[in-house]
Amino acid sequence: MGQAIQAAEAVGAGTPPLLSIESVSVELPTRRGPLRAVDGVSLSLAAGRTLGIVGESGSGKTMLSRAVAQLLPASACLSGRVRFDGQDLTALSPQALRRLRGRAFAFVFQDPMTSLNPVLTVGGQITETLKEHLGLDGAAAVRRAIELLAQVGIPNPEQRLKQYPHQFSGGMRQRVAIAIALSCEPKLLIADEPTTALDVTVQAQILDLLAREQRRRHMAMILITHDLAVVAGRTDAVAVMYAGRVVERAPTRTLFRAMRMPYTRALIAAIPKLDAPPHTPLPAISGLPPDPTRPSPGCAFAPRCASADAQCRTAAPPLKAVDVGAHQFACWHPLAGAP
Amino acid sequence: MRGASDRSRPVAAGNGEAAPLLRVDDLSVDYQAGGNTVYAVSGISFAIARGETLGLVGESGCGKSSLARAILRLVAVSSGRVLFDGVDLTQLGGAPLRQLRRRLQIIFQDPIASLNPRRRIDDIIAEPLLIAGVADKTQRDRRIDDVLTAVGLDPALVRARYAHAFSGGQCQRIAIARALILEPELVVCDEPVSALDVSIRAQIINLLEAMKARYGLTLLFIAHDLAVVKAVSDRVAVMYLGKLCEIAPTEALFQHPAHPYTALLLDAIPRPDPDAPIPASLAVGEPPSPLAPPSGCRFRTRCPRATRRCQEEVPLLREVAPAHLVACHVPLSSAGPEAPRPR
Amino acid sequence: MSVREADLATPTDEALAWLASLPVNFWLALAWIAVIILAASLADALPLPSPTDMDMLAQRQAPSAAHWLGTDRLGRDMLARLIYGARISLTVGVLAPLIGLMIGGLLGMVAGYVRGALETAIVATADVLLAFPPLVLALAVTAYLGPTLANLTYIIGLLGIPAFTRVARAQTLAFANREFVLAARAMGATELRILWRELLPNVMLPLLAFFLLAVAITIVVEGALSFLGVGVPPPAPSWGSMIAEGRESLEIAPQIAFLPAVTMFLTVLSFNVVGDTLRLVTDPRQGTL
Repeated sequence: MGQAIQAAEAVGAGTPPLLSIESVSVELPTRRGPLRAVDGVSLSLAAGRTLGIVGESGSGKTMLSRAVAQLLPASACLSGRVRFDGQDLTALSPQALRRLRGRAFAFVFQDPMTSLNPVLTVGGQITETLKEHLGLDGAAAVRRAIELLAQVGIPNPEQRLKQYPHQFSGGMRQRVAIAIALSCEPKLLIADEPTTALDVTVQAQILDLLAREQRRRHMAMILITHDLAVVAGRTDAVAVMYAGRVVERAPTRTLFRAMRMPYTRALIAAIPKLDAPPHTPLPAISGLPPDPTRPSPGCAFAPRCASADAQCRTAAPPLKAVDVGAHQFACWHPLAGAP
Repeated sequence: MRGASDRSRPVAAGNGEAAPLLRVDDLSVDYQAGGNTVYAVSGISFAIARGETLGLVGESGCGKSSLARAILRLVAVSSGRVLFDGVDLTQLGGAPLRQLRRRLQIIFQDPIASLNPRRRIDDIIAEPLLIAGVADKTQRDRRIDDVLTAVGLDPALVRARYAHAFSGGQCQRIAIARALILEPELVVCDEPVSALDVSIRAQIINLLEAMKARYGLTLLFIAHDLAVVKAVSDRVAVMYLGKLCEIAPTEALFQHPAHPYTALLLDAIPRPDPDAPIPASLAVGEPPSPLAPPSGCRFRTRCPRATRRCQEEVPLLREVAPAHLVACHVPLSSAGPEAPRPR
Repeated sequence: MSVREADLATPTDEALAWLASLPVNFWLALAWIAVIILAASLADALPLPSPTDMDMLAQRQAPSAAHWLGTDRLGRDMLARLIYGARISLTVGVLAPLIGLMIGGLLGMVAGYVRGALETAIVATADVLLAFPPLVLALAVTAYLGPTLANLTYIIGLLGIPAFTRVARAQTLAFANREFVLAARAMGATELRILWRELLPNVMLPLLAFFLLAVAITIVVEGALSFLGVGVPPPAPSWGSMIAEGRESLEIAPQIAFLPAVTMFLTVLSFNVVGDTLRLVTDPRQGTL
């Protein structure tokens, strides 16, 4: 599977990426001073591929996804460029952006209870999107909505169309949210922690659904999560974020087999493994996640890193590539890498 | 609906002679929600030996939180008994119950909500001591300092502050300190790390293990994450829709799950390994509502092995291997063709 | 691993930062309230002419050295009348809602915590009281019992109880199921102790914010009653009656009506701003982050 990916990467290398994030930074004003939620992030994604963005709370992954869709809070300050399908999103007018959203790229959020309107029927919410973006009339929109609900695996779609979100279970609601997101055949789907609020058996179903729909529609997908295990088998490339910056970016297999960033290794090590016997002490990462209102001049992970030295604390390491261009990491003392 | 409890006592791992510290006997918890009855817990029985950690696993709606709160008498028990060190908690009330409460404590899932936002940390941690009647302030202060240091916090930095100044992980440490200051015997941990970041989870898990060793605790560790439960438990119990499916020593449960639901849970867990096979979403549909649980075996609507008997007869906990009990008419056998992949 | 000093601001720093973040209008409002309260309480000690001394030779005078804000229709000093009027407005304005706060707050907390039949009874009683048209009831009572300062305070206080009950109950309900209350019960705290030590500190601040808003409303109610002539009887000056008396001099000396109106407006506005700011500040605090 790894070789297939590398071959595909080589093939896709010539065509321009569908999504290109160039040095994007997001600053939010807070009571305690400006907060750099995202700091100079550059990523790209080709059509039909899946990018996993992994980070803990405060890493900036959600703000980054909002920045891509230009859905930031009004007080936020965005710098950098976001290019989608050849267009510069940061330069578009609000009307043009609104036309793109839903059509060209769509969102699936973590909590389906708050991302669905509780006072509108599920059918109403799907047809609203269809009428707005595709210009379908009432009857055609309803037919398409029933089709979509069936595609996402909701039984009895004709009846369920008339129900309200609170009448669905968590997993079902997320399916509805996915149906709304897919209704206009977007080229890019951004899923922000789509399964965090769901049970593990339902999680597998939802992730399978996303993967299936992605293959069918040849859609690009960004999967944002804090769970490395979720990205392990379901993404082509993974970007690990810490304190607003991308600290490692690599094709998935390379990341897990030959990670260079100590944070990535520490993160994987801190996850309790199903294979380990009980009462195995976990190698925990000491310290706390950094305070985003007080950025340090050096590497943000230095206070918690076992291999940090004076250089790490004073100068922020740049994200640079080594060997194969696809694996980038930001560390002065990277790990040994592939055995 | 509620089957007769299985009188064969689940044998505690290792020592069979000592009386268990906690014994739950045919416990049921129902509550009313808008005119309907929610059968949160239906006839559950198990025991925890002194010094043991029992992990309790289940998905949302299975009733594990209701069970935790019922054991501590924080919600009403509809029927059944909870025997703590031989004393039936369901029969106690008023002052005797309050006295006994000091020996059982609980840690909640949401660390920030479990601390009073308008009280200082040292007030919060001193509260159990005040309730227990420790009048001497210097003694209280000393104990507060000791327990804060034990959980890895610097008392000088923490005591004068309020909960909002701390992160989730730190708040959970404070909550653990508060639970431990009276040196209880049993601590119920209700999803203590689910709301925390991955890197902090490992810290708190390690802390709980350390505290267990230091204070000689017995733990009931509730979680929905099987890997986390495996890391801390001596035995694991699996709950589904208010009933106990399986209970076994940890390794036995994970290597040779007997209940189809346990196997399903294990299969569905994603592994942080890109070469591992994609978890199979073998479960059909969603868990039914606890308002109207299915007849017979509650898992039958999603079980790939369900038979007619499963619909008609409620399965009781039976021993299929030493100390390994399962409530199923068609349990998986470790020697059969459906033997789970060795992990 | 311990908490790092650099990661946490000291409690004093945090308190100062919080104070500095309060908007300017909050401080102005607080200043005005302080001035009014000071003036009203020290009225006897201030070098003011008597508010009831009439001087028929100095009617409706513009501000002068002798009378800083001029005189009214009967030659009485406006400034003195305003300050003594503040006494009445503040007395009723603060004491009446205080009755509501103590009784309504207690009933609301009990209702929200104990639930069941007691809650239903308390809420039903509050609803019944709320159904009475307040001004009409106040008029009826003062007409029957006599329009004294005490009666006025009692009746307005009584009418305010249901509102406080509702706020207290809502806040108590919001907190009673939070884990820290469960934790207290799990420690063996008595129900009374939980109410006192866990719930009250949390319910107090929103109640206080509501109290300040109630003060603002009460000042207006007292002013309305006095304007209608059924408040505290003359010669005691009240802002409301001063406005009423100033009506007939609107063309010649409009300041006689406007000065008490403006003073009342500023006072009510100030209490509103302080109450509102307090409410805004207490709400987000209760959330995470």
